[in-house]
Amino acid sequence: MQLKAQYHAFTTILIKEFMRFIRIWVQTVLPAGITMALYFIIFGNLIGSQLADVHGQRYIDYIVPGIILMAVINNSYANVVSSFFSAKFQRHVEEMLVSPMPNYLILSGFVAGGVARGLVVGAVVTVVASFFVDLHFYSFGLTVLVLLMTAILFALAGFINAVYAKTFDDISIIPTFVLTPLTYLGGVFYSIDMLPRFWQSLSLGNPILYMVNAMRYGMLGVADINVFTAISIILSFVVGLFLFALWLLNRGIGVRS
Amino acid sequence: MSLALSISELRKTYKSGVEALRGVQLEVKEGDFFALLGPNGAGKSTTIGIICSLVNKTSGKVTVFGHDIDLELEAAKTCIGLVPQEFNFNQFEPVFEIVVNQAGYYGIDRATASVRAEKYLKQLGLWDKRREMARELSGGMKRRLMIARALVHEPRLLILDEPTAGVDIEIRRSMWKFLREINEQGTTIILTTHYLEEAENLCKHIAIIDNGLTIESTEMRDLLRRLQQETFVFNSREAVSGMPSIAEYAVRKIDAQTFEVDVDKRQSLNELFSAFSAQGIHIDSMRNKSNRLEELFVRLTEEGKINAA
Repeated sequence: MQLKAQYHAFTTILIKEFMRFIRIWVQTVLPAGITMALYFIIFGNLIGSQLADVHGQRYIDYIVPGIILMAVINNSYANVVSSFFSAKFQRHVEEMLVSPMPNYLILSGFVAGGVARGLVVGAVVTVVASFFVDLHFYSFGLTVLVLLMTAILFALAGFINAVYAKTFDDISIIPTFVLTPLTYLGGVFYSIDMLPRFWQSLSLGNPILYMVNAMRYGMLGVADINVFTAISIILSFVVGLFLFALWLLNRGIGVRS
Repeated sequence: MSLALSISELRKTYKSGVEALRGVQLEVKEGDFFALLGPNGAGKSTTIGIICSLVNKTSGKVTVFGHDIDLELEAAKTCIGLVPQEFNFNQFEPVFEIVVNQAGYYGIDRATASVRAEKYLKQLGLWDKRREMARELSGGMKRRLMIARALVHEPRLLILDEPTAGVDIEIRRSMWKFLREINEQGTTIILTTHYLEEAENLCKHIAIIDNGLTIESTEMRDLLRRLQQETFVFNSREAVSGMPSIAEYAVRKIDAQTFEVDVDKRQSLNELFSAFSAQGIHIDSMRNKSNRLEELFVRLTEEGKINAA
């Protein structure tokens, strides 16, 4: 497939995926805006106003980067896992499998769809946040880089989940029992400096901690983790998951008999 | 004439241990209208799945217009349009989008894809439904949608896996007309069907797969020529009281006005009509008891079972 043809194939999947979640925006975009607004009201305003500053930041300012990132994580993951599993379930993934599109393009298209939803929801949550705090960016470039890499990482994770999923239950198990606990324990609402040493060490095994801290550094200039370490770890996960997902697709696992 | 499809020694054993294909051999010439027949579970859909890379083969060689699917898969895929047996489009997507997106997967830009989608949806009588969600279409419309989708990248080889299953006769006939037209325009067509009348009417060549093996692959007329005996059903104008006695013909009386007669290839229908007239029986109408290809198909697959046993 020539480069121009690959471009048309890639944009076809991206537009299709974008239109899919925009068509049902009440289910895909709006809930995150409402949930995160509640976080800002309850944890930020009501409880946060009673708490001391963290790393020299007001508590509500401190949690904003993590909350935005949490929305990006959940939505980039949810978009790909539901879309690819649905394509498998209804068998319209075959439309792509019979075409001359290389597998990396199919994977990239779905991931781009997940990133698009993650970033759209991230933007909505950022607008919601602007009603509660004065947004400022210590490094706008770093913030965008972390958002993008995190969205790619969780879109890839969602894809892998969908490849292995055989029932609709299988696509909700990982978000419920793995993703949500890791996100809440990833330092969205606290600094790991507040934890006893054992739990601090354990927290370092949570990849979401690195993303939240890199994001927080991008927005506020403070973090529990060295930002280069954080970026390196996120990048390693992105490369590792991409290669694994591509291997699954090349082997036809879950999609070819 | 070059080959559109060549399959040699194709084998597939599923993880469950089921040996679906045991060495299928097939050659389809460019421009042909080819029937691929076989009983349920014979291996037709597995063969099609391998050609279209939806199923991984265990061994064997498949080439599409000279492109080996192991070496030039993308080139081979570009030549193929598939209409699968089961509906496999997004039920929650508008008809027009399904066709345009399929063109996109083949690297066709959106403007060209839209023009082609309009052309094929109009030809298949679906243009008025272009904005409707696929799930709102009737069964016949869904089948036609899959044909439009398979044609949008203008493949040289169109594979139809039971395209008229569950479709009423009027739509079936309009689909036959459409398929004949695109075949005349140069598209090679491979058709699997359980309506043997359909295969006999449309196809020039035929292969029969049974139990994972090709048990026959020949020209349709050669195969039909092999039919030694046909059974005809005759309807008389008036009720006949006794059993007509017609020498050399095996006549069975079904009811007072209906007779079944086995006619050997060497026997003459003219003589049979004369014999009926001589008995004072006036024949109003006659028909084949079953489709000729059906009789051959049943015989060949039965022979296959006996040989396997």
